Amino acid sequence: MDLLYYPGCTLKTSAKSLERTAFKVMESLGHRLVEMDEWNCCGVVASLTEDDLMHHLAPLRNLIHAQDQGYQKIVALCDMCCNTLKQTNLRVAQNEDDLDTLNSFMDKESDYRKSVSVQHVLEFLRDDVSFKVLKKKVKKPLKGLKLMPYYGCTMLRPRQVAIDDPEEPTILSDLSRALGAETVDNPYKIECCGSYHTIKNKEIVRKRAATITGYATQRGADAIILSCPLCQYNIDTRGKEAEGSIEGHIQIPVFYYPQLMAIAMGMDPSDCAFEKNAVDPARVLKERGIIK
Amino acid sequence: MSDNETIQGSAENVEADINCEIPEKGTYRIYIMGKAYDVPVGLTIMKAIEFAGYQFIRSCGCRAGFCGACSTVYRKEDEQKLHFALACQTLVEEGMYLVQIPFVPATKAKYDIYDLKPEENTILSLYPEIAKCVSCNTCTKACPQDIKVMMYIQNSLRGNIAKAAELSFDCIQCGMCAMRCPADIKHYHVGQLARRLYGKYLDDESQDLKKRMQEMRDGVWDEEIDKLVDMDEDAIVELYKERKIEARGDLDKDCKEGN
Repeated sequence: MDLLYYPGCTLKTSAKSLERTAFKVMESLGHRLVEMDEWNCCGVVASLTEDDLMHHLAPLRNLIHAQDQGYQKIVALCDMCCNTLKQTNLRVAQNEDDLDTLNSFMDKESDYRKSVSVQHVLEFLRDDVSFKVLKKKVKKPLKGLKLMPYYGCTMLRPRQVAIDDPEEPTILSDLSRALGAETVDNPYKIECCGSYHTIKNKEIVRKRAATITGYATQRGADAIILSCPLCQYNIDTRGKEAEGSIEGHIQIPVFYYPQLMAIAMGMDPSDCAFEKNAVDPARVLKERGIIK
Repeated sequence: MSDNETIQGSAENVEADINCEIPEKGTYRIYIMGKAYDVPVGLTIMKAIEFAGYQFIRSCGCRAGFCGACSTVYRKEDEQKLHFALACQTLVEEGMYLVQIPFVPATKAKYDIYDLKPEENTILSLYPEIAKCVSCNTCTKACPQDIKVMMYIQNSLRGNIAKAAELSFDCIQCGMCAMRCPADIKHYHVGQLARRLYGKYLDDESQDLKKRMQEMRDGVWDEEIDKLVDMDEDAIVELYKERKIEARGDLDKDCKEGN
């Protein structure tokens, strides 16, 4: 089945490894991700201001592109893009006046007919593929690998657009176990990674990364599994930097879930673009005898 | 509406159409910076402004739609939409309220193209304000060249230099996009940087240009240049008129072989 894929800027820049691996994994499951013919920025941070319709133009325009391309659904890999698209979709579904204002402002595009739904690729794997089916595709179970699932914010909040329970999410641990790994819980799994402080206040983010990772390692985790490109960058890259400034901190690898899916499904490690990770994820996989 | 009214309505429309189409000899009422003028039908905005008695010392360049100097903003009576055009390429219409925008303040980032690399964040690092784009598309609506301005900004943002260069290729740097942007983006400088990066680092090297540059360095054309320098003006004009615009080498060869 072809799925209309909305990438977002990050997937084309700092999170290329996520895109590359996800494409291969999805293809081997029989689902081709087809990039939208035309797309723009997702809007980045969903505007919560009542009268700030301007910031809903970007996500809405993407929904219109999908509609005009003849699709009823967009899938996204980036948590933040998915969140912004879902929030705008929800707002226009509930506020006819807002939709009218936006449609009439855009003027060159066709009107949005509220016909497109937005789905996170993780949601698709859980709800459309199912982890049970996925488990059958596992050729090399991630035996002995202890993973700490980390969710962050935008996948779970606000509740109206959450892909799982905002307080007790299980989607990543369910996936990890389907791949044959063990999981460890962490009270910090739904805490913020530091988000865009990473640009101007790197030290704040280093501390966040060290705290999140610290709990994971205390509980014996070998690595972190997550989905969001910004969380990945912050915990992996800033966490690695924190080794120099925070005493006793050692950064463990931070995997995107498709990277671990690829390994478990027997694909070559070269398909995972591990070289883009700040902390080498291959080492722990070798130590556990999962890859050579 | 009764049939009678419909017919009456149509008759009025026909009359209105006839009034609009009185050709050549008729005039249009236009407003230049708020002042009314009657100008002949069929003139370009630029010629109409001159007909009204203005002399261009700015806001006018090539008069052929290439230089981007004569950007014009107008709104027609009773119309909500604001329009953007090149004065030299657009005919006057009844009820136009016109103003020329000869210059747009938009500082170009300082860079040495030789020091840059064509990477994902190169454009963003020189023009970080592109991240403020809210995708409102106002820039695209303002472009007299019908360029997908917002899309080339969006492609610049995601590091797709080749696409940004391609989409912005027809830009004549009139600056209307930068004048209208709610995020104060200086679009046309961004497009120019994308095209420079593409031309220097990503596009195929032009073999013809390379060959010709070498010929110039070797002095192959020195004698021809000296001849031109000594030639009188009339002869140069004559020579220019008779010039041949040569096709690329391979095409030229095809032509010679009668393909």
